[in-house]
Amino acid sequence: MLATLTALLVFQLLGEVISMALNLPVPGPVIGMVLLFFALVIKGSVPDDLQATAQGLLSHLSLLFVPAGVGVLLHVHLVAEEWPAISAALIGSTLLTIAVTALVMKLLMPKEKGDEQ
Amino acid sequence: MNKDFTEIWVYLSTTPLLGLTITLAAYLAGSWLFKKSGNNPLVNPVLIAVAAIVSLLWATGTPYEIYFDGAQFVHFLLGPATVALAIPLYNQFHQVKKTFGALIAALICGSITAAVSAIGIAWLFDGSKQTLLSLAPKSVTTPIAMGITEKIGGLPSLTAVLVILTGIIGAVFGRVVLNLVRVKDKRARGLAIGVASHGIGTAAALQTSEVAGAFAGLAMGLNGIATAILIPVLVTFLF
Repeated sequence: MLATLTALLVFQLLGEVISMALNLPVPGPVIGMVLLFFALVIKGSVPDDLQATAQGLLSHLSLLFVPAGVGVLLHVHLVAEEWPAISAALIGSTLLTIAVTALVMKLLMPKEKGDEQ
Repeated sequence: MNKDFTEIWVYLSTTPLLGLTITLAAYLAGSWLFKKSGNNPLVNPVLIAVAAIVSLLWATGTPYEIYFDGAQFVHFLLGPATVALAIPLYNQFHQVKKTFGALIAALICGSITAAVSAIGIAWLFDGSKQTLLSLAPKSVTTPIAMGITEKIGGLPSLTAVLVILTGIIGAVFGRVVLNLVRVKDKRARGLAIGVASHGIGTAAALQTSEVAGAFAGLAMGLNGIATAILIPVLVTFLF
């Protein structure tokens, strides 16, 4: 657990360094995710303890967004000023994006038996 | 007695313990309600926890900074958790390879839809230019979205709020929309949620299945990159 958590932090750190050094718009943790993915491809399997740590973290991924969500309260006045435009755009655009993405994927995806579950 | 309580409160509000405990307790309460409702996405644990904590901070007049002293320990784990998304992605990579062409096409369509429709709808409702620009990158993960907004002349702090709200909207209503357009495939469902509502959507997708979670996590990462390239180009055409 400690070793695998350290490994995740090392990949995040590498990602942060690359992101800053190359001045990329992509944040460090996302680059860290890509690096870890390639490391796993090279290794050919996921070590059991890494799998367990990742599962532990990801099963509570929603929790990790709570502090940032509460931060919305700091800037809620920014939304209040133009709330009709903002709420219409947020709800309309988010739901439309979900529908469009899912339909294009469904349309173009190779059809196979047993994939739909 | 009243004075004692005030003293205890004054002491507790200076330690990180309170913010951390409140965050975990509010989330556990939200998760409990979510399970009680039979995993109804309308009963979103993030939404419940945020609403409960915001009400508590307002009622007690506690500034966000004091709350965040404790909550930062939870917030910090977002970094390693994002890195850990590589694992479901690796486990499901055979599925990604099989659908790669469709995935990229759907991603690009979704990315364009997210930006253009957000700008278009806000424009129809007489949104100011600054609001339109701040809305454009709302579907991607916060640090990327704020970077884009800064580059195109929007308000990064407004974008941060809009990104979180977008995530919650996607997590809460995503399943309803996907059922409405009759997409049952877990790969397509995960991809759509990840493109439209980044990490908060991905967290919701992971709760339904590892396949959906892997596609959502991948979509979140790829859409961050696609949007960072797309929006500056789009903005020069539209404004």
